[in-house]
Amino acid sequence: MRKSADAVVIGGGSIGCSAAYHLAKKGFRRVVLVEKRYLTSGSTGRCAAGIRQQWGTEMNCLLSRGSAALFQALPEELGCGDVEFRQSGYLLVTYEESQARMLEENLELQHRLGIGSRKLSPQEAREVVPFLRTEGMVAAFFGPEDGHINPFKATFAYARAARRLGAEIHPYTTVTGLKTAAGRIAAVETDRGTVETPLVVNATGPYAKTIGAMLGLYHPVEPERHQILITEPMEPTLGPLVMSFHHDSYCQQVPHGGFIMGYGNPNEPKGFNYAHDWRFLEDIARKITDQMPVLRDLRVVRQWAGHYGISPDAQPILGPIPEVEGYYLALGCGKGFMLSPMIGRLTAELLAGEETSLPIEALSVERFDRGELIVEPAVV
Amino acid sequence: MGDTTYVCRCEDVTLAEVEQALDDGARTLEEVKRLTRCTMGPCQGRTCRHVLAQVISRRTGVAPGELDVPTYRAPVKPVKLGVIADGERDA
Repeated sequence: MRKSADAVVIGGGSIGCSAAYHLAKKGFRRVVLVEKRYLTSGSTGRCAAGIRQQWGTEMNCLLSRGSAALFQALPEELGCGDVEFRQSGYLLVTYEESQARMLEENLELQHRLGIGSRKLSPQEAREVVPFLRTEGMVAAFFGPEDGHINPFKATFAYARAARRLGAEIHPYTTVTGLKTAAGRIAAVETDRGTVETPLVVNATGPYAKTIGAMLGLYHPVEPERHQILITEPMEPTLGPLVMSFHHDSYCQQVPHGGFIMGYGNPNEPKGFNYAHDWRFLEDIARKITDQMPVLRDLRVVRQWAGHYGISPDAQPILGPIPEVEGYYLALGCGKGFMLSPMIGRLTAELLAGEETSLPIEALSVERFDRGELIVEPAVV
Repeated sequence: MGDTTYVCRCEDVTLAEVEQALDDGARTLEEVKRLTRCTMGPCQGRTCRHVLAQVISRRTGVAPGELDVPTYRAPVKPVKLGVIADGERDA
């Protein structure tokens, strides 16, 4: 490992690899990325890999729209093979008037920003997903440009491209400490040596707080377990990802043919827990077969758990912090994978001292001290 | 031989694809799994993980027992969603 670097990225998930690539592309010649296990071993490799643009805040719409465009251009940009980018759409279904109203209000914002989502009647929703049960459904919202991308292929593609541009990527390397001098970052200590660097990016998702503590800082990011399962592969049957605000659930068929499904359990305690449990299996099986009874005969192959690194307002945390110069946060907070292209790019712009291509001051960690939380209404 | 030798029979992963993943820098079962889908099928690698471990071991010189190995996940055998959803009703 190098003894000194222009920038060190901590975390080998989608955001870390995207940041390393964008830094190397921008001309940072000596970029080092360290990952304590293997690339994608944390939240990236455990996520459902849906990409969605139907949001209720301008920031989320712009970040996700920009990220979808970058994902789409990935094979050309990185010179990699197919990364399974599919714009098969997101269908948001609602069974309550208030939820339908909230989603309808978001349409105006999305249209203004060039996002082509639309409201559907239950009958129209059945034209998109013929086997969807529509009893009690109030309305559905369809974003035809939402979709899916393979998180492993996309992340490894970023890492390979970063390496080609001179970045060093070190899996199975654990950060043990961060050194500062005169109020700015000076070095990253690992179990495989120390790297002197003026710039550090914390892209460790749910582990962000642990890295912050090495600097005596508190980052308000808590790990929140989310469980998920995948079924045996089938012929292409379900086009869009179906997300129900009533069931807090989502279900999509990925290009490989398997159906991925999960839901946000509101009673999930904060903290790391990589165990999966049988209650999830029963809950999700009921929620999904209730919406799409035809899926009853699908066999579950396996279930697993991962974590959101969730912030108090469940929105990303990006940018520098006032206490330590040269130390930056690049945290997706539950939307990390789908926003990783833009988060990596914006982070590289910040480190280069450039004006960012989107105004992202609102995503600074300082917003929590100021009480300026961002309210995104449309989350599951 | 690599193009017609299947390491993972559930996911149709050939020896050539595994070798390619190793050429791309993968060093453990966990990494090869994510790159190729080897061990991700319905049997969760009951056969192929041993073959895969040997292929990696030969390339890297690391003993099979020392490799980072994927977790076996529930349900151990594929089960229908409808059966799981009805679970309590039959109890």
